[in-house]
Amino acid sequence: MTNMFTTPSRLRKARAAAERRFRWFGLIAIGISLTFLFVMVGSIILKGRGALSTSGIAIVVDLNPDNVDPNDVKGTRFDSLMKKSLRNTFPDVKSRKDKKKLYGLLSVDMGFELRDQILENPAILGGPQKLWFTASDDIDLLLKGAVDMSLAEDNRRISDMEAGWIDTLTAAGDTRRKFNAKFFTNGDSREPELAGILSALMGSILTLLVCFLVSFPTAILAAIYLEEFAPKNRLSAFIEVNINNLAAVPSIVFGLLGLAMLLNVFGLPRSTPLVGGLVLSLMTLPTIIIAARASLRAVPPSIREAALGMGASPVQATFHHVTPLALPGILTGTIVGMAQALGETAPLLMIGMVAFIADVPSSIVEPAAALPVQIFLWADASERAFVEKTSAAIIVLLVFLVLMNLLAIFLRKKFEKRF
Amino acid sequence: MPENTSIQVRDFEITTGNRSKSFENIVVALMIACSAVAIVVTIGIIFSLLFESINFFKKVPMSEFLFGTTWSPQTALRADQVGASGRFGAVPLISGTLLISFIAMCVATPLGLFSAIYLSEYAGNKTRSIVKPLLEILAGIPTVVYGFFAALTVAPLLRAGGEGIGLNVSSESALAAGVVMGIMIIPLISSLSDDVINAVPQSLRDASLGLGSTDSETIRRVILPAAIPGIAGSLLLAASRAIGETMIVVMAAGLAANLTANPLEAVTTITAQIVALLTGDQEFDSAKTLSAFALGLLLFAVTLILNMISLKIVNKYREQYD
Repeated sequence: MTNMFTTPSRLRKARAAAERRFRWFGLIAIGISLTFLFVMVGSIILKGRGALSTSGIAIVVDLNPDNVDPNDVKGTRFDSLMKKSLRNTFPDVKSRKDKKKLYGLLSVDMGFELRDQILENPAILGGPQKLWFTASDDIDLLLKGAVDMSLAEDNRRISDMEAGWIDTLTAAGDTRRKFNAKFFTNGDSREPELAGILSALMGSILTLLVCFLVSFPTAILAAIYLEEFAPKNRLSAFIEVNINNLAAVPSIVFGLLGLAMLLNVFGLPRSTPLVGGLVLSLMTLPTIIIAARASLRAVPPSIREAALGMGASPVQATFHHVTPLALPGILTGTIVGMAQALGETAPLLMIGMVAFIADVPSSIVEPAAALPVQIFLWADASERAFVEKTSAAIIVLLVFLVLMNLLAIFLRKKFEKRF
Repeated sequence: MPENTSIQVRDFEITTGNRSKSFENIVVALMIACSAVAIVVTIGIIFSLLFESINFFKKVPMSEFLFGTTWSPQTALRADQVGASGRFGAVPLISGTLLISFIAMCVATPLGLFSAIYLSEYAGNKTRSIVKPLLEILAGIPTVVYGFFAALTVAPLLRAGGEGIGLNVSSESALAAGVVMGIMIIPLISSLSDDVINAVPQSLRDASLGLGSTDSETIRRVILPAAIPGIAGSLLLAASRAIGETMIVVMAAGLAANLTANPLEAVTTITAQIVALLTGDQEFDSAKTLSAFALGLLLFAVTLILNMISLKIVNKYREQYD
């Protein structure tokens, strides 16, 4: 005790130091969390940037009538014509193995690309033409500078010979990089240079549509009942406990429910947006109900009392006066719930939305992929070029999530009334 | 004339009154039905998991499932094949799940708690309005993104770091999955703890500060003890989220069912196994497929108990100060 009075400054110093330390712990904790956020998003953006551009190689193709019959363009053997053109570009390639590598400079789709270019512009027929083709994934990485050429030849995917060809082409101005429109207009593909996200994106949009149509009306009616009408009895309490628990059930369990009930008992079609949307709607239901109830609770009782005093029935008071005032909050909660559903992967894996789907789905009963599942599939793929595709798909997903959340914030700011 | 109008008005009232009454009854019934969906879903989950699990336990005794230490679920091609029956001991999966969740909680608890304390007790309004939404972004990022980051960036980094100091870190280590999962649940802990800390009455703070304690002394000796039940509730909720998390472990933790407490080795979890068992081709009556439902039942039961306890604590605590 005497110590405390004789050396007050020392004690005060120690206490002040403890105070500063404690404050620093808080700052460091926030710092670490935010650093992680920025590193994660930053690294994905850096990795995904490459997928926005694609490499092309120009090859001279002889389109004389011997090779392509102008009257029967579709009967042409485009693949062998392309191979011939590649051989003509590098005439000193002789061995079978080397030729195979030479053909590998271009994407496997090169025949189709040639056909499409001819059908689009038949005027190019008649003689030799220099045309642009998509480079294969490994060459694309090489042209983007993503291949470490200082490694031993056996340890990289590009041999010295291939690099030499590309150097020759580049020196002649026959390679280029351009915006990768295919990434947004193609479906999934086994070939990284051809793979796009359109089918997955459409699948996600259809799934969300089903999810919204099922969960929004159900959730809003449930919230109104629980908040405005439900008597304080055991049943209401039980419903409430159920909703709170459902909000915390692991998402994969909903997937198991979908598999056992929707697919096996009700026999709904596997891998479709219909089933995916239904499963996700069960998951988003509690989120929307909880948000909607909070927003209904924020409407002051005076509004209800005024409506009831003017002779409105309870249902009229609720639907004509209370709900419209709570709607911005309800919509905000719905959008947040939809954003969660958009990023959800595990339950979709359970109901078979992991199949390889290249076609763009046009209805909710066709098999479809979804954006997060596509990310999962690409992340598993062995080709290195899929890493940047995966990152780019993640960027697209994050952009959608940001847009949805901005919309939610906008709605809240613009329409929310404070009472 | 005046009498006539009054009758008309009364007629009008009576008819609309009757019509709206029956209509309103329908609306109310519809609303009750929508609320009951929550119960139907819960019952659906319990029944579908129970039903398939019972089928599973007809083939594999429950004691083997709960206490067996070998997990190798394979379907036999021929009846006389070696190991045709498969082994369904869930202990390695449970231990793997607990190990990864434990690592996640070790990361998330200090970070989340200190963030919450700083935000609620120290930060000014401006800092709070910037940092809080940023932390919540962490909660909004889909878990498949965390999984990708864990598998592609964190795991190789840990492996390289381990090599640097002479440790052999598996490329699908529990550590990588656990750390990334921990980051994912930071916002859950921080926002829930923030709420409970804010719910501690200002009078307690004022009294402590008035007696001459510093801010940190007030927090440690007065506010945290008062908020401890609520914080415990939020930690339980976070643990339940970690146990049920799927994508991060599927992508970063792998499928090797090792029974180990070493965070540098590869382990697998209940959720990762459910995904592995149910994706791809499946026949519905094989023990392999059915075991996924038994695992799902286990997962559902554990998370349900954790959620119930934590919700109870949080609600009780909220009432205490209201």
